[in-house]
Amino acid sequence: MRCDVVVVGAGPGGSMAAKAAAMAGLDVIMLEKRQEIGDPVRCAEGVSKASLKEFLPSIDPRWIAADVKGAKLYAPDGTCLTMSEDKAGAEVGYVLERKVFDRSLAAEAAKSGARIMVKTRATGLLFKDGKICGVKTIRFGEALDIESHIVIGADGVESKVGRWAGIDTTLKPKDISTCAQFLVEDKSIDSNYCEFYFGNRIAPGGYIWVFPKGDNLANVGIGIVGSKSEPGLPTKLITNFVQERFPKGKAVEMVVGGDPVAGVMETTTADGVMLVGDAAHHTDALTGGGILNAMRAGVIAGEVAAKAIAAGDVTKAGLKEYEDRWRAAISRNLERSYEYKEFLLKLTDEDLNKLLGPLAAEDISKMDLRGMIRLMFKLNPKLLWELRQLVV
Amino acid sequence: MLDANRYKCCYCGAYVSVCPTCSSMELMETWIEVSQGCKDCSVCTKICPVGALEAEV
Ligand SMILES: Cc1cc2nc3c(=O)[nH]c(=O)nc-3n(C[C@H](O)[C@H](O)[C@H](O)COP(=O)(O)OP(=O)(O)OC[C@H]3O[C@@H](n4cnc5c(N)ncnc54)[C@H](O)[C@@H]3O)c2cc1C
Repeated sequence: MRCDVVVVGAGPGGSMAAKAAAMAGLDVIMLEKRQEIGDPVRCAEGVSKASLKEFLPSIDPRWIAADVKGAKLYAPDGTCLTMSEDKAGAEVGYVLERKVFDRSLAAEAAKSGARIMVKTRATGLLFKDGKICGVKTIRFGEALDIESHIVIGADGVESKVGRWAGIDTTLKPKDISTCAQFLVEDKSIDSNYCEFYFGNRIAPGGYIWVFPKGDNLANVGIGIVGSKSEPGLPTKLITNFVQERFPKGKAVEMVVGGDPVAGVMETTTADGVMLVGDAAHHTDALTGGGILNAMRAGVIAGEVAAKAIAAGDVTKAGLKEYEDRWRAAISRNLERSYEYKEFLLKLTDEDLNKLLGPLAAEDISKMDLRGMIRLMFKLNPKLLWELRQLVV
Repeated sequence: MLDANRYKCCYCGAYVSVCPTCSSMELMETWIEVSQGCKDCSVCTKICPVGALEAEV
């Protein structure tokens, strides 16, 4: 089997890449090893409204489980800060129904001309005269080779495409957030706000989220850095939290997953290969949010694939535009978030209370995360001294 | 070798991302596979959100 571009993985990154490449006139095959795209979910499903609309100007109501007003941040001592939805970052605004959303994106790619192959797992790269020329797959238990000019690795946190191409994407324990989440049904769920709870007792090196999904449902989850975790700890901690916060709550679904919180990779391309989304560590290290960055990188990769093939140069040099464009779009934010994350890991609960407490007396409702950090710096210059270069 | 408790596993694939030997771990739908290449480094055991991975003694 032959095509111009093989996209490995049908998450938001893969589907956007497949759609962009197909719209540019390429013959595209998108592989998904699961039999159902989007299921099981490994996500809290929060996205910023404005950013989502950048990619998808017409929002299908079936994608949206909840439309929230803002975020509430809880310090370890219970102090609560409220931020408005448009300022609270890339994960607050809509709470998606990713089972529906991911399938819709894949269907859009198909409508644009991409072929979709589910239950088809990439197992390695094909090489001809030392050059990458496609992927080896197992499809319904049978080996199938697919030749292509370019392979786009959109294979998520468990990515292997990069490693097969010589790009080391292995995550260190301190650079992965290990997560567990319940979909909880409870009358006390506030459908207007996404909630974030901080503290080393409840979530060492991470945080707990409560993202409402309508109908008294919410994704109640935890992410903690691997270096502070131990076997099964995320599940234990989130079970404790649900019992305390929603004593009458009923868990109707469970989600687990890993999220790269690793900062910017040195390279995300090799001859004939581009990595997008979680596979390229495009996730925000502070929040763990990666849907929008995966989509953004996917679009760029699809467009660059078309140009490189037209120019007859799919080498790493020929794919440089991909590196340049995604870095220009998101690398500054990724770098900054990584430094914030590294700093926050060092804080005790007392430090966190000192940082967040004084903000309760300020009007932060219209402030974005950077504005808030700037204000925290003003109020706590000593504690935040290490971050001074990020605050200016 | 690593012991994967398939009754506990929620098949998230997080362990694959920290495995230093790319080929020794794989997730296929709900089936987690650990091959002979496993170096017993135990990094993945800490990462597993449900505690389904244990280093065999
Ligand atoms: C618990 C949790 C909560 C999160 N919450 C949020 C949030 O609220 N907001 C947000 O923006 N982000 C969140 N994220 C991150 C977000 O889910 C990811 O950043 C996003 O899904 C990345 O998209 P992707 O397309 O890169 O990869 P994925 O969505 O992971 O898709 C990769 C696909 O590739 C497939 N695949 C893998 N290997 C192969 C192979 N060999 N062959 C074929 N197919 C393969 C997989 O089956 C998968 O379907 C969260 C993550 C976790 C774990």
